[in-house]
Amino acid sequence: MAGTATTAVLDRAGLDALVAALVADGRTVVGPTVRDGAIVLAELSGAGQLPYGWGVELDAGRYRLVRRDDDAAFAHSGGPQSWKAFLHPERERLWSAERAADGTLTVRADRAEAPSYAFLGVRPCDLRAIAVQDRVLASGHYPDSGYRERRRRAFLIAAECTEPAGTCFCVSMGSGPAVDDGYDLALTEVVSAAGHRFLVRTGSAEGERILTRLPRLPADAETTALASAAVRRAAERMGRAMPPVDLRALMGASLEAERWDDVAARCLTCGNCTLVCPTCFCTTTEEVTDLTGDHTERWQRWDSCFDLDFSYVHGGPVRASARSRYRQWLTHKLSTWYDQFGSPGCVGCGRCIAWCPAGIDITEEVAAFRAESSTPREEAPQ
Amino acid sequence: MTALPVPYRVVARWQETPDTRTLRVEPVRERLCPFVPGQFAMVHAFGRGEIPVSASAIPIGGGLGFTVRRVGAVSEGLYEAGPGDTVGLRGPYGTGWELEKAACDDLVVVAGGIGLAPLRPLVRDAVADPEPYGRLNVLVGARTPADLMAHRETGLWRTAYTGVTVDRPGAGWSGDIGFVTALLGRARFDPRATTAFVCGPEPMIRATALRLAALGVPGEHIRVSLERNMRCATGHCGHCQLGPLLLCRDGPVIGWDLAEQLMTVREL
Repeated sequence: MAGTATTAVLDRAGLDALVAALVADGRTVVGPTVRDGAIVLAELSGAGQLPYGWGVELDAGRYRLVRRDDDAAFAHSGGPQSWKAFLHPERERLWSAERAADGTLTVRADRAEAPSYAFLGVRPCDLRAIAVQDRVLASGHYPDSGYRERRRRAFLIAAECTEPAGTCFCVSMGSGPAVDDGYDLALTEVVSAAGHRFLVRTGSAEGERILTRLPRLPADAETTALASAAVRRAAERMGRAMPPVDLRALMGASLEAERWDDVAARCLTCGNCTLVCPTCFCTTTEEVTDLTGDHTERWQRWDSCFDLDFSYVHGGPVRASARSRYRQWLTHKLSTWYDQFGSPGCVGCGRCIAWCPAGIDITEEVAAFRAESSTPREEAPQ
Repeated sequence: MTALPVPYRVVARWQETPDTRTLRVEPVRERLCPFVPGQFAMVHAFGRGEIPVSASAIPIGGGLGFTVRRVGAVSEGLYEAGPGDTVGLRGPYGTGWELEKAACDDLVVVAGGIGLAPLRPLVRDAVADPEPYGRLNVLVGARTPADLMAHRETGLWRTAYTGVTVDRPGAGWSGDIGFVTALLGRARFDPRATTAFVCGPEPMIRATALRLAALGVPGEHIRVSLERNMRCATGHCGHCQLGPLLLCRDGPVIGWDLAEQLMTVREL
């Protein structure tokens, strides 16, 4: 798409017009906004609801909103939610069934109609996460029809990262802070003496069509240079880094490492990391009947590999210890995800670090596994 | 498409053991694609939920058999289903035993408890058409004589060797006592030209596969059927992971060459 991309500059009125145009098209526009002391993702009726002037301070187990010196709208990293809350919702009805008086069973697909979403301000790491979930849920022999339909209709407006947080490590996962693919429009925010504006690039025909409807200026050299400099500076200010090792091989060879006991002593097995992770996709199913007992519904809801019931088979859970459940999560994310879906399951967004109540840091754990694997084990006496 | 359960009517049921029954089901209208031995269905009990169950009978005339042990809410609902009741089926899912790849080999079928259920259609195929294979051996173990499923049928199969053993004999048991691995010494097979098919509790699978490997059966010729929690059977729910495998997709039947390293890590 790069060869045919159009670039332009939008000012804040242009951004207002973008949201208005998407709403006028019947889309459900979702973007960041301030609520309950955090920058959350919610339906927007106008660009005025964006978190202008807000930033965040993140560290292990810590998330704080902070006022900025400027009016930037996208100078924050990922909040407690990710776009999976919309594309792969927490609860979804799969089908329902009726049992007639004579015992006849009628089953019907009973999914809610898919909204046409427009996501405004998708960070590069989260854009990568959507691509990861696409491979898990929308490809393969049995694509998830609900996910695929919501995804097919979604219009994605990426926002390149200019203000990484202390928990960010997208550079070391190769997923940011710039975007080069997978969006309809990409924005890069520039705040300078010359004003507050957004460099916009198109990434699809639909993006082109929307852009032509907006009041816009040609992409000038100064805005273009400031935008790329801001993204370049972001790359140099990552709060953290995943150790530069073959993660797949390291984790695959660390199944019996002693470090699992160390992290298990800190892990509360609460599952927060799986809820905030933009790629964690696991679900369970529930059967709900009405009082007559002749109408039943099959619901899917998010599940977590930290839950004891997750691996339950008759006789007990396969993974009873915290050690085994943390190991399942981390090795899946960084190693066996490759075997199953051809890519890693981590995009470097840092949410699992910020929202862990015990402050467990995935990059620090991997560094510890690396150190343990490079320390020669004591030879057992012959 | 999200696969919806297809209604099947229960036409008959048999008591296999004190807590296990086999349901014979026929399609009400639409029918599922044919199952091969070793594959499973998600079987739905109305208002209770779905569980994965391997086909325990694949009759030539159509219909399917599923053997269910009463251990939870859904299996209880299926256990109580009788002729005329309707259940929902999705499938077939997963890998099969691949008996056809065992041509010319001696066959060693090893079952623990109701682990015989997914193996039964395989044995029936091998008994009905023995020509392509070497010697057929069927080894069955159970906790007590009452826990032996399809005991009469097991005795009718024409094999080179059939062994049945129990851990805890009751009054009137005059057969073998001990683990099923002990029967391997009496089975008639050439380890270098043998394909084995193993299903049962995980410790039994592990012990049997390790013994077969020690006797010289190549790992890829030891086929084991594994069990994990499954919610979707379509590779999306994440529950059936065993290391790099999604057992609904890559299993339930896998080779010991793949399974060994995964089944020897505790709580993987």
